[in-house]
Amino acid sequence: MDNLLSLITFLPGVAALILAVFLRGEDEDAQSNAKWVALVATSLTFLLSLFVIFGFDPANTEFQFVEERDWILGLKYKMGVDGISVLFVMLTTFLMPLIIAACWEVKHRVKEYMIAFLMLETLMLGVFCALDLVLFYLFFEGGLIPMFLIIGIWGGKNRIYAAFKFFLYTFLGSVLMLVAMIAMYLDAGSTDIPTLLYHDFASESFSLLGIQIIGGLQTLLWLAFFASFAVKMPMWPVHTWLPDAHVQAPTAGSVVLAAILLKMGGYGFLRFSIPMFPVGSEVMGPLVLWLSAIAVVYTSLVALVQEDMKKLIAYSSVAHMGYVTMGIFALNQQGIDGAIFQMLSHGFISGALFLCVGVIYDRMHTREISAYGGLVNRMPAYAAVFMLFTMANVGLPGTSGFVGEFLTIMGVFQVNTWVAMIATTGVILSAAYALWLYRRVVMGDLIKESLKSITDMAPREKAIFAPLVVMTLLLGIYPSLVTDIIGPSVAALLADHQTALLEYELTHQHAAQAGQ
Amino acid sequence: MSAADFSVLLPETILAVFAMGALLTAVYTRKDEMAQMLVWSSAAILLLIAMWIGLAPHDNRSAFGGMFIDDAYSRFAKVMILLSTAAVLVMSQDYMRRRGLLRFEYPVLIILASVGMMVMVSAGDLMVIYMGLELQSLSLYVVAALRRDSVKSTEAGLKYFVLGALSSGMLLYGASLTYGYAGTTRFDGIVSTLGADNLPLGLLFGLVFLAAGLAFKISAAPFHMWTPDVYEGSPTAITAFFATAPKVAAILLFGRLLHGAFGGAVADWQQILAFLSVISMFLGAIAAIGQRNIKRLMAYSSIAHMGYALMGLAAGSAAGVQAMLIYMAIYVTMNIGTFAFIMSMERNGQPVTDIASLNLYARQDPLRALAMLVLMFSLAGVPPLVGFFGKLYVLTAAMQAGLVWLAIAGVVASVIGAFYYLRVVYYMYFGEEGEALDTPRESLLSLFVLASAAAMVFGVFNLFGIEAPAAVAAATLVP
Repeated sequence: MDNLLSLITFLPGVAALILAVFLRGEDEDAQSNAKWVALVATSLTFLLSLFVIFGFDPANTEFQFVEERDWILGLKYKMGVDGISVLFVMLTTFLMPLIIAACWEVKHRVKEYMIAFLMLETLMLGVFCALDLVLFYLFFEGGLIPMFLIIGIWGGKNRIYAAFKFFLYTFLGSVLMLVAMIAMYLDAGSTDIPTLLYHDFASESFSLLGIQIIGGLQTLLWLAFFASFAVKMPMWPVHTWLPDAHVQAPTAGSVVLAAILLKMGGYGFLRFSIPMFPVGSEVMGPLVLWLSAIAVVYTSLVALVQEDMKKLIAYSSVAHMGYVTMGIFALNQQGIDGAIFQMLSHGFISGALFLCVGVIYDRMHTREISAYGGLVNRMPAYAAVFMLFTMANVGLPGTSGFVGEFLTIMGVFQVNTWVAMIATTGVILSAAYALWLYRRVVMGDLIKESLKSITDMAPREKAIFAPLVVMTLLLGIYPSLVTDIIGPSVAALLADHQTALLEYELTHQHAAQAGQ
Repeated sequence: MSAADFSVLLPETILAVFAMGALLTAVYTRKDEMAQMLVWSSAAILLLIAMWIGLAPHDNRSAFGGMFIDDAYSRFAKVMILLSTAAVLVMSQDYMRRRGLLRFEYPVLIILASVGMMVMVSAGDLMVIYMGLELQSLSLYVVAALRRDSVKSTEAGLKYFVLGALSSGMLLYGASLTYGYAGTTRFDGIVSTLGADNLPLGLLFGLVFLAAGLAFKISAAPFHMWTPDVYEGSPTAITAFFATAPKVAAILLFGRLLHGAFGGAVADWQQILAFLSVISMFLGAIAAIGQRNIKRLMAYSSIAHMGYALMGLAAGSAAGVQAMLIYMAIYVTMNIGTFAFIMSMERNGQPVTDIASLNLYARQDPLRALAMLVLMFSLAGVPPLVGFFGKLYVLTAAMQAGLVWLAIAGVVASVIGAFYYLRVVYYMYFGEEGEALDTPRESLLSLFVLASAAAMVFGVFNLFGIEAPAAVAAATLVP
């Protein structure tokens, strides 16, 4: 199949179109039809994506399943995956059916809800498959529209503020990237990502408005991309949109946001910042390391004092993304392997944690931690699942959370011991806030009157958690599943990066000698 | 003056004769009862001429010794002008009739305005510019005040007239200065007097005054003051017209003047245009935030959009002109859909223009709300909708010309501007329960809204093939 990736990417979109055009009415039947169409479409997408992962050759570090067509403005419609992106595609297709199943109880404008999620899936898959700058940007930004609507229409009390903040914050970050993309196009004469990977952008330092810019154009482009990815990631100090968005978004929206949308930032760093601007990454790398270290500690401390469960998990997400950025800019095999691993594992764990909050929110309609306590008495199965994911979030060995954190910290340790040390304190802090949350919600006696009749998880809910439990444990016990696939691509990425840096230093020395 | 000259002028002549014939027939027969028939036949003839100009093979010709130019650039412009005029006429017919505004003068004036616009974009001489511009403007002043018994409408007409006359005066002053220093009013003559070095001071002054006069017409800041009031005061159907064809004609005339007459002095006018562009983008984005009236909002929106189109011109290259042409085509398509929507906003049969009246419109009419959502995001320039590609083209052109600061300013302004488009979406989708709007009675307006929204989505594939004609048009203007 030549256009497998396009098929996977656009299948949910087509399903959304079918829903939009053909489904009428708001009654029970129409609602259940909408849900089934969405579930079948996302499941089909997942099944199709299995062809990608089984047909994928990890040893080949070039792009695979490539398809290419002409488009306007000399752009190309070009899709393909390599070792870095293929697992993100899988993560998305794997999680989407679960997410659709998780919103089975939604009663309010179900059809539109399903359309929004299906469109979102198309756009997210497009981000990971696109091999053209503008195509990437199209998918990257397009995702804002459905997410804006999901937060705004189905969100909580303060949803409008959160939706606007989410949209404008991320939009502002991205438009600077657009300018940088145009600059790259004009410099390299192409928007083809594989071509750009081998293009040397100018790295001679120059002075702009009286400021000496080391690394020249590369640093400027790197900064523009950083503006976008750092907001998306999100990194401290531009993370403030995330807690608001998470708290106000409906459960399924939070899951998508945490599990997939946040990964676009990290993917962007790996796809653009590091291979295309090696000098820029080298110049700005230490800054990212320190920002990440601050993020890990600061947001963990903030998480400690939260009274809203979702907000707590949102801050914990920011902290975990801190490990990812740190690992990426450690610029060694362990660091980047760990970062990708951490992103995938965080996709499962944070998604599951938001679902856990959703389970009790559906029953009690509050996310206040103080409204709960002693749930273990009436919800043993829930307590067990929540326990597992809390531990995975803390990074207990045997769960996937451990592997990611361990690898990234190991990578950073080789580069900057201080940053690694500070980040390690974050592990302790994460244990503190996560276990304390668990203690307050699940443990103790069940004394609150309102909780006396709460019911344990229904079979549907158990079925949603089962695959997540399996993946978390599987990746924790046998991490090679992931590292075997990403390893060669990461190694190639780093090799190119080192060569580019070496060249830069050589020319620099020549210049210095010529100057003498 | 020969038969060949007149054959170049044939489309304009046919339209002018048609307008005069229609005027006479209507005056001597049943007057306003004919209006509806006139609207339809005017739209039909506009459409036919657009097809003739657009589809029939043409050579690039000029007439009257180069005063009137018929080339790919002017044909691209004319097709845009004629099609959008026809669309607005068809759209407005029912709106005008129900408000008792459908007088026979309306289609006649619109046709005359479009003749003026066609002359503008074909102008090869400063005098011809003025003739076309005045024919267009005088018709527009009258239609702005078409609702005689409304204070706002007459105020709009008067304001438009006074400020328009001022701008025409500036334009004339600039033209006379240019004539004084160049010794000719013909574009090719002016361009040949320009030396390799800087523009003579007198010509520079002439250029500045010409630019100011035209900036008035395209409502670029800081010459935009009339726009919100005229947009708000005029009947919505007329506002829809103001926002589309005259804007296209004026900015394309701007392009013709700059490249045709001052083509050798790009460095001199680039900074003027960059200044107009950046001010317009920011003013349009910031001033619209506080607006409660959707027509005023669209007025500021069009100011901002003109800023982006000017960015393409400021690039001073063929790529820039091409970007501007594509931008305008997209802009016109979006605005037709949006105004079709605004025209159908009614409560108890009365038009409402308050944005807050759209509260939870999505629940009432999901399909049209979705179309409006698409249009709003497209106007904001959010990918993957077509509005984004317009921005992409102009940004690329500007950066190619080294105007990186302008491109950065443009994207920042687009983020600020996104806020107010989102507010419309917010009212439609997240608002609170309020008094509902009437269900629209006509399917025609809905058709325009839906078609325009669909174009914004499906245009992503190839922009309906306008890229190549725009490139040809730009190449004839900027060799």
